Amino acid sequence: MSDEPGLRLQVDPIACVAHASCRELLPERITLDEWGYPIISTDPLPPDLVSHARRAVAACPTLALRVDGKLARQR
Amino acid sequence: MTIMLERAMPATLPRLLAGGRRLAEHRSTYGAMPLARYAGEAGRQRLIDEVLGAGLRGRGGAGFPTGRKLATVAGGDKRPVVIANGCESEPASRKDRMLLTAAPHLVLDGAVLAAHAVGADRVMLCVERGSSLADRLERELTQRRDDPVKWRLVRVPRRYVASEESALVHYINSGDARPTAVPPRPFERGVGGRPTLVDNVETLAHIALIAAYGAYWFRELGTESDPGSTLVTISGAVAQPNVYEIAPGMRLGEVLDAAGGATEPLSAVLVGGYFGTWVSLPDGWSLPLSHDRSGPGGTTLGAGAIVALPAGACGLAETARVARYLAEESAAQCGPCQFGLPAIANDLAAVAFARCDPATRQRLTRRIGMVTGRGACRHPDGATRLVNSALTTFAADLETHMDGWTCTGVSRDPILPLPDKRHRDKGWK
Repeated sequence: MSDEPGLRLQVDPIACVAHASCRELLPERITLDEWGYPIISTDPLPPDLVSHARRAVAACPTLALRVDGKLARQR
Repeated sequence: MTIMLERAMPATLPRLLAGGRRLAEHRSTYGAMPLARYAGEAGRQRLIDEVLGAGLRGRGGAGFPTGRKLATVAGGDKRPVVIANGCESEPASRKDRMLLTAAPHLVLDGAVLAAHAVGADRVMLCVERGSSLADRLERELTQRRDDPVKWRLVRVPRRYVASEESALVHYINSGDARPTAVPPRPFERGVGGRPTLVDNVETLAHIALIAAYGAYWFRELGTESDPGSTLVTISGAVAQPNVYEIAPGMRLGEVLDAAGGATEPLSAVLVGGYFGTWVSLPDGWSLPLSHDRSGPGGTTLGAGAIVALPAGACGLAETARVARYLAEESAAQCGPCQFGLPAIANDLAAVAFARCDPATRQRLTRRIGMVTGRGACRHPDGATRLVNSALTTFAADLETHMDGWTCTGVSRDPILPLPDKRHRDKGWK
């Protein structure tokens, strides 16, 4: 579990309904589990992925995804 | 920083269960609440420092340092609220009911003192609905009209995760007893958007004793990092299943001896309730039990539920039944928990009842890894910890089951208790 600074992609698991548009837009960081819900790496995003990540956040139909400097939960 | 004590209190056990049920008996044992000793802003800080110095850790399961929680809530920007959590939805635990029955006013004193420490003027006492305990507590609260807080008794739906702190706050705010996504955590924004201290009722009882007798007295029992005394509920194959007050650091064998010892040969002991871990015997006899993780399985007391498993029972079948129950108790808000826990329960049932092939076994391991850490609350993490621990502890049985044989224990009556269907609510309102 890294706690170095940087932007991280995070999902609100209650809001998420497995629409999977995030997987389409950011396959570098997102895989799907067998029920279609996103498994998201919470390591800091490399600079070249930040704009793609923001696009995935904007495209989420339930606003379940966000890019944040602080981790909501230690996994 | 020392406090001159007005009364001496022996450092020995019992501490929590030394007083009486009625207010008058309670006062004659423990004296009046020492509110005057902690008057004013400086006094409140002294009380928080005393709890910090005592090293008290939460008795609801997570073992978080209580003083740190007090300090955080006290530092909020609005007047806080206190929730006394006495729901005890853990089926193998009886300590909170026992404490609220035998020493309700010690808990209520602790809640008043905690409210004073953080600057709250409202305390909500949460218990499961549909119990005579709730009615009794309602009556005890009428005896306490002079308290400097406004009391409210909250009857919570009988669901396993309804006693999780964000679920309690959600229920009080909206009538829906399901956990919410965090942040914000209740200590940041809870009841009515105010900083909210959610403490287990036993934790609050310890605060009352620390306020009266001081941090040094508290530390005369227990370990350096987990001081004081703690309540455990011991059941299963022991001579005297009951609630006991023990000192953290005691070894598993000593704790079982406190309950009269085993009634038949044991194969393992479940420590920490249904989010806990199995401890294999005989290796586990000498395992020290506290709120710090110890031993190969990272065992911790959690909320103090301990169940002794006879060698003739099947640990895999026992765990499969509990895994099914935990799956049914998912709030069904987060996909990985809603779909993952039933899938894991099915796989484990296949293992336990010998309908398992290597592919199923591999799928189970994969699913456990897939579900952990992906819920809004810790429900999936606790459930997978238990299942993982069973697969490790009962590895030899697992091999037998994989060969298509079941042990005779599969057909025994269940040892791990599950609530009767009549005592479980279907909804969350």
